[in-house]
Amino acid sequence: MSSSTEHAEHTSHVAHHFVDAEQQKDSAKLGTWLFLLTEVLLFGGLFCFYSIYRSWNPEIFHSAHQFLDVKLGATNTVVLIVSSLTMALAIRSMQLNMKKQTILFLIATFLLASTFMVIKYFEYTHKIHLGQLPGKWYTFTGVEGSNPHIFFSAYFLMTGLHGIHVLGGMGLILWLIIKTSKNRFSPSYYTPIEMTGLYWHLVDLIWIFLFPLFYLIG
Amino acid sequence: MSQNNHEHHHVLPLKVYLGVATALLVLTIITVVVAQFHFGEFNLIIAMAVAAIKATLVALYFMHLRYDSRIYAMVFVGSLMFLAVFIGFTMLDTMRRGDIYKEIAHPIHDAKIYHQSAAPADTTHLAADTTHSAQSPAPAGH
Repeated sequence: MSSSTEHAEHTSHVAHHFVDAEQQKDSAKLGTWLFLLTEVLLFGGLFCFYSIYRSWNPEIFHSAHQFLDVKLGATNTVVLIVSSLTMALAIRSMQLNMKKQTILFLIATFLLASTFMVIKYFEYTHKIHLGQLPGKWYTFTGVEGSNPHIFFSAYFLMTGLHGIHVLGGMGLILWLIIKTSKNRFSPSYYTPIEMTGLYWHLVDLIWIFLFPLFYLIG
Repeated sequence: MSQNNHEHHHVLPLKVYLGVATALLVLTIITVVVAQFHFGEFNLIIAMAVAAIKATLVALYFMHLRYDSRIYAMVFVGSLMFLAVFIGFTMLDTMRRGDIYKEIAHPIHDAKIYHQSAAPADTTHLAADTTHSAQSPAPAGH
């Protein structure tokens, strides 16, 4: 409809089973959102697990959460928010046909994601060293009350699944950096960057909830 | 389909992105500061409310839901509604079960259960079975 003018130019990236580039992009976007729906429900199972066990053991969650470092958690929150910003700006730069800027923003996003994982690595190794591990591997004796391992089971499962998602996102961003530098994208076709962006924002969004639920138990 | 008349590439001004990022950082500071005070139950409510505002900002502006076709927002809100049913009904069950049934913790009498469910002819065989299973620890309260 409105795309008839843009459609006049040759669009090699449009697969033959789509009417035009816009329909192809809308399909990709709908597919991505449906994938994000399954992601919400995947994490939803763990959020449900968290809700049940926190409501059953409020005092354990309170005393065990003091072994998490709020400064590291808050730093990681800021790191992920800024990485979401650089991701959004990478897409904006490609919309404005500024390829170099796109690559720079993607590299910034990648580096911020790496920072997040490095901080997570230090947090994990510290807890593993102390024996604050999930389930039967729990050997730490410093938390008062019964069953403190439940808190650390939730902590490792939820931040662990989130961390795997960050690693996956880093792989996608690396792939985007390579494809962008090979001139595969243009203002009329940058769907992979936009879809990776949606995924990356969801990963940020999940952390926005994980941070207060684990680090800031009042 | 009234929402579908957006231009092919909706380029948001830079200040929108910077403004949203600033708001997210300010809200992060607020949530950390508020957690230093003890309001009891309200700590969790405040923390979740701030997180919900942050999530809404990310979804509306970074994920472009405000400017895109409504169908994507419907998919996303739909997932949150399923999540609310999932967690809400589970919590209703796990937190309010005692309101319906009186929960009494006592050892389970294995023999009684076996004899009720078994056919009368098999009782001698089952009696031997019962003594064996009575040695296994009785399930705990929850």
